[in-house]
Formats: sequence, structure tokens, C-alpha cells
Amino acid sequence: MGSVGEVTPQQMHFSEPLPLKSGAVLPAYRLVYETYGTLNAQRSNAVLVCHALNASHHVAGTYAGQERSEGWWDNLVGPGKPLDTERFFVIGVNNPGSCFGSTGPTDTHPDTGRAWGADFPVVTVEDWVDAQARLLDALGIERLAAVIGGSLGGMQALSWTLRHPRRVRHCAAIATAPSLSAQNIAFNEVARRAIVTDPDFHGGHFYAHGVLPRRGLRVARMIGHITYLSDDAMEQKFGRELRAAEFGYSTQDIEFQIESYLRYQGDKFSEYFDANTYLLITRALDYFEPAREHGGDLARAFEAARGCGFLVVSFTTDWRFPPARSREIVKALVDNRIAVSYAEVAAPHGHDAFLLDDERYHRVVRAWFDRIET
Amino acid sequence: MTTPHQLDVIAALVPQGARVLDLGCGTGQMLAHLQRTRGCSGYGVEIDDANVHACVRRGIEVIQLNLEEGLALFEDQSFDVVLQLETLQHLRNTERMLQETARVGRIGIVSFPNFAHWPNRLRVVTGRMPVTKALPYEWYDTPNIRVGTFADFEVLARKNGLRVTDSFGLHDGRVVRRWPNLRASVAVFRIERG
Repeated sequence: MGSVGEVTPQQMHFSEPLPLKSGAVLPAYRLVYETYGTLNAQRSNAVLVCHALNASHHVAGTYAGQERSEGWWDNLVGPGKPLDTERFFVIGVNNPGSCFGSTGPTDTHPDTGRAWGADFPVVTVEDWVDAQARLLDALGIERLAAVIGGSLGGMQALSWTLRHPRRVRHCAAIATAPSLSAQNIAFNEVARRAIVTDPDFHGGHFYAHGVLPRRGLRVARMIGHITYLSDDAMEQKFGRELRAAEFGYSTQDIEFQIESYLRYQGDKFSEYFDANTYLLITRALDYFEPAREHGGDLARAFEAARGCGFLVVSFTTDWRFPPARSREIVKALVDNRIAVSYAEVAAPHGHDAFLLDDERYHRVVRAWFDRIET
Repeated sequence: MTTPHQLDVIAALVPQGARVLDLGCGTGQMLAHLQRTRGCSGYGVEIDDANVHACVRRGIEVIQLNLEEGLALFEDQSFDVVLQLETLQHLRNTERMLQETARVGRIGIVSFPNFAHWPNRLRVVTGRMPVTKALPYEWYDTPNIRVGTFADFEVLARKNGLRVTDSFGLHDGRVVRRWPNLRASVAVFRIERG
């Protein structure tokens, strides 16, 4: 199994405004994307990879001259890997509203001439899917062999089969949910309040003030990170391990290794992630609920997806999107007599398991993709 | 259920083109056979990782579930046939599983090792638990936590208001219709509600 090697992101500009679910429009916009493998002559081997909260179009491969620049799903995507780039033409795209190159809050608002900031329109999972569909139009891809995503990416993958069912043959939804629970929304809200109440946030227009609400972002990331790991994984990795040999009897200094780890994660994150993007993406998560337009009936929502084949994967220790949430998706599919395979992987890592290299997980994904005709 | 003949014997109980749910489907052999020979569709249910993988590889739709948790995923009468082949003996709540089978499927097809097969009876008479081809385990390491007989199942089915529409024994790949409780190592039942 190899790597796709060095890759270069590409850009596509769209002058036709994108109508959004909220009723607003995104006037003109830019999408950044990467592709791996070769599109076949029939254009029938394209697989779209949808990204989660803090990831991007950089799914696989590395950037020239940059150490440790592997894409976020490099263990899954590549030649001979479960999503085999020798068979499939794989596309990773950065969603609008994000902060990795596609049009987002740090870009200039065409009317005001200053950064969009908090004025960037609220985007939803459905809006992202529509933007992705336009990219496929531009690339001349009428129908995807498959769409795949984990977590928030899994929601986009599901949404593809509901919004554009005739444009996608298969869907792999990994470690995801058909909507957020109250607890999920609660965690998002704490993260958002951390950002919004940072004095450097300036109502979302901090760019003009030459500051970044780093404190808020750090805390937001720390909270998020807790939900990505299982209790066991955290216990095993850190336990009650101390930084020093003895207690320092300080309320402010780092005493436990877990504190050190979370602060490190928060610091790192606050260096590269945009605060407005964090607000937008957590809101997109909150709003996702395909059953809503069908009287809360998820099975009715998935009537649209008939004809599409599914793979659903969950991880037993994932308490953010636990197996029960994936089973709701499976049930809605079974109720519609839709082809679905479901694997519930006993991985110890919690929600993060979808990004890790677990043989039981990867071999099912591989076997499922092997079945897909190109 | 591994010999081609045994697959055929069970398959013959399944209507052409039926929607089938195979509980404890293993590597998906039976469902693959039913899809190929009888134009059936449906899903397998399996708990084991390696079996789930094997099903996905051979193109059988499989849902990884622990049957002990019930069949909440499946609506009433949503399948033409629910198969429960060599599965019942591994489940703690046998009776509930049988009820669930009848709830979800129009027809239930159940097979399990028949403890009253004569060599087993002889073995018990000598004071030891049987170890045979159908019951290949020692008493202390058997995964068969529920052992019953052909005759026992008839009683359980009746108790739950289930109609036995066909039943026979299997032994060495042959169908045993005469004295199956004595002469067959495996019991096979087709049941329907009411």
C-alpha cells in the first residue's frame, strides 16, 4: 500500500450565486479541492470524500517540502488502500465557510470591502452538498460511484443521497448520526459561547482589530477534543499521571498530563483555525436533521435514497455519535428496503476511531469498495 | 448448513423471490444461495467481525447486531421469511427470539441440533454428555447454551401460538421425516403466526 505522493490543491471559481437553505445567497465563491487517481473514460469511477469539522480538501498525500503534511484520511485513501486510487478517482473538497481555502469568513465581502467575519451567511450540510455538486458539474462528473464521509462528513454523504439521489450510486456514512442529540448541541453551544465571549472576538469582526479570539478557540477545541475520545482511551493514555513528581498545590498551573494535552491541542488549534468558521460549522451540525421535513420520520426522508447502496459504520466506544445513532440510519434504510451493510466496530478510541487505522474497520470499507463497479 | 444439499433443502422452504432476513447468517452462504437460485433479496444479521467482513466481500448485505438485543431494527411483518439456522441454541432468550422471528417475518424457518437424536440419548444413558458431529463440543466449552429436542420445539411453538407448517429432521445431509426426534441430528421447522 502506497501513498498518492505529492499533491497540489486546485481552485475553481463560481460566478453563479449559490442559494442557501436559510434563504440567503453566497454571491460568488471559490472552492479548493484535490483529486487523486484518474477519472476513467466513462467518468464512472469518481468518489467524493466529505470532510468533518476541522478537516479540509487535503484528504491524502503530502505537500512538497512540508514535513508531516499527510492528508487527514491518508490511511484510507491511496493506491492499494481501502479506497483504492488505482481504481477510483477520488475528490476532496473544502466546504464554503471553512478556513482552508474555499470562500469563508476571512474573505472579503464583495459589498463592504472588509472581511465577511460574522456576516458570512449561515451554511448548512445541504448547502455544502449543493456546492460540491456544482464542483462535480464543472469537473464533468454526472454521477458519483460513491460518496464517503465520517462524522459531519458522513452527514454530507447521507445528504447527497437525499438531495441528489440520481447523482450518486453508493454512500458510506461513518461514525455519524441522522441529527445531533441535545447533548451534542449542548457541547457545541459551550464551544460557541467560549469563542463569542472572548473579548478579542469583537462580534466576529476581530480581523479589523488585528486580533484573534484565541482564548475562546482554545477552550472550544478542548471541549470538542474531550468528546472525540473515549473515557477508556483517555484513561489509558493519561490516567491521573502528573507532570511533576508531586502535587504542586496550584489552581492555575498544569498538574495533570491530561490538562497539558488539552491545552496543547487548544493552542495548536487556535493557531490555524478561524473562530467564525468554528461557529458556522458547529451550527451546520446542529441544523442537520433530514427527518425534519418529513414530520420527524427518518424512514420517509430516506425514501428519496432508494436505488443507492449504503455502508454504515459505527464504533462501540464513540459516545459522541454512538452506535444507536447509526442504527437509526440503518433502520430508515431497511424500512425502505435499501441495500445497506452495517458494521459496528469494537474499537477503543471513541469518535476518533473513524480517522484511525483499525483492521476490522478498514477491511470492511475495502471489501465494500471492491464491490463497486467502475 | 454447509453441504450444497442442505442449502437446497432449506432453500426449498423459501418462496421464490422472497425478502429474507437471515439471523446469524455466518459468512452469508445461505443468502448467497437464495439470491442465486431463488431470486431472493434481503439482509443477514451477524455479530462476528470476520463473518461481517466475509458477507460484505461476497456481496451480501449484512447488519452487525447482537441478537440478544432483539430485532428492534425491523418492523412487524417486514420480511417474507426470517431464517434462524443453527442460531437459536446460542441465544439466552430463545423464546423471545422466536417471538421476534414471528413478529418480523411472515414465515420463520428454524434449525437447531436435536438433543434427542438417538446417539445423544445413548450417551446420556451411559452417564456422559454427547459429543457428536451436530454437537461437537464438550459440556464445559460449548457455545450451545440452549439444548432442546425436536419434540421440545413443537411444545414451545404451540405455547407461543405459532403454527408449524412443515417440520422434519436432517441427518448426514438427508431429510428425515419418520421419527425425526429419534433419527435426526438436526431439527428443522417452518412456522407461521396463528
